[in-house]
Amino acid sequence: MIEYLPFIAVVAMILIGLYAVVFRRNLIKMVIGISIIESGVNLFLIMLGYREGGVAPIFTSLPSGTTYPGEMVLPVPQALTLTSIVIGVAVLALMLSLVMHIYRKYGTLDVQKIRRLKE
Amino acid sequence: MEKRMVTGILVFSLLAVFFFFSIFQLHPFGEPGQVQMDDYIITHTQNETGTNNGVTSVVFDYRGFDTLGEATILFSAVAGVLLIFRRVRH
Amino acid sequence: MTKIVRTTANILFPFTLIFGLYVIAHGHLTPGGGFQGGAIVASGCALLLVAYGSPWMFNCIKDTRLATFESLGAIGFITIAFLGLVFSAVFFGNFLTGSGSLFGTTPATGSTLSDFNTGGVLPLMNFAVGVKVIAGLFVIVLVMAYASSSKEWD
Repeated sequence: MIEYLPFIAVVAMILIGLYAVVFRRNLIKMVIGISIIESGVNLFLIMLGYREGGVAPIFTSLPSGTTYPGEMVLPVPQALTLTSIVIGVAVLALMLSLVMHIYRKYGTLDVQKIRRLKE
Repeated sequence: MEKRMVTGILVFSLLAVFFFFSIFQLHPFGEPGQVQMDDYIITHTQNETGTNNGVTSVVFDYRGFDTLGEATILFSAVAGVLLIFRRVRH
Repeated sequence: MTKIVRTTANILFPFTLIFGLYVIAHGHLTPGGGFQGGAIVASGCALLLVAYGSPWMFNCIKDTRLATFESLGAIGFITIAFLGLVFSAVFFGNFLTGSGSLFGTTPATGSTLSDFNTGGVLPLMNFAVGVKVIAGLFVIVLVMAYASSSKEWD
C-alpha cells in the first residue's frame, strides 16, 4: 500500500478537477478544473519512469561511481511530458479567448443562463 | 434539477471507486517493467548523437517527429487566437 | 503603472533575458533546451507588458510583425529537418555529428566536463524552437491583454 502512494495522489488530482468541471456553474471555474486534470495527467506520465535511487540521465559532471544504465532514470517519459505540457498551454489559450467572447456577448458567465438567452 | 444532481453524484462516485481499484494493477512505484529501450538510449547517446543530455537527444534526435507535431500545435494556437480577435485589432 | 514599478521592470528585464538565452543555448549540456528557455524569456516580456500598459505596447509592437517572427522560427526548424534528408538520406538525420565542421566533436564516454562544440544539429534546432516559443507566447499574451482593456468591439 505504501508503494502506491504517488498514484493515489494522481487519482485525487484528477477527481478534484473532474468535480470542478461537473458541479460548478461559472465558466472560469470549469476552465481551472480542466487545467488541474491536465496537471494530474502530466504528473502520472513522469512517475511511470522512476527507478529506485536513480540520478538524472545527464553525463555532464556525473557524480563518480554511478553505473550508467542501472542507476539512471528513464528519459523517454520526460520527453513525452514536455509535449503534453505545450499542448495544455495551447488548449488553455484558445479556451480563454472563447470565454472572453461569450462574456462580451451575453453579459454573464453563468452556464444555465447562457443556455436560455437566444438572441 | 434534483434528478440531474443525484445522477451526477452517482456517476462521480462510481468513477472514483473504479479509479481507486485500478491503481493496484499497475507496477509498484520505483520498479518499471520494460526498460530495454531506455537502456539502449542511455548507453548509445554519446556515440550516436554527440550530446551529454539524454532527454534533449530523445526530444530532438530519436523522436524528432513528435517535436514537429508540437511545433505545428503551437503555430495553430497562435493562428487561432489571432483569428478570434480579428475585429478588435483593427 | 507608477514610476517604481517601471524602474524595477527596467532593471530586471536584462537579467531575465540573459538567463533565458543561457538556458536555450546550453540545451545539449545541462537540463533545459528550446521550450524551457523560451518560456523564461516570454515571462520576462510579460513583466514588461504589465509595467507599461497594453494599449501603448500594442501600438508600439505590431502583432503582425511578431507573427512573422514566429513563422521564421518554424521555417528554420523545417529547413534543418530537410537538410538532414539531403545530406544523410534520413529525415531529421544528424549530419553534423561526425568529425565535421561546426558542432562536430564527439564527447568522451562516461562523466565528462561540458564541451560546447559537441551536439551535431541539436543546438541549431534549439535556437529555432526557442525563437518560435518566445514569439508565440508573447503574441498570445499581448493580443489577449489588449482585447480585455479596449472599450468597444467591432
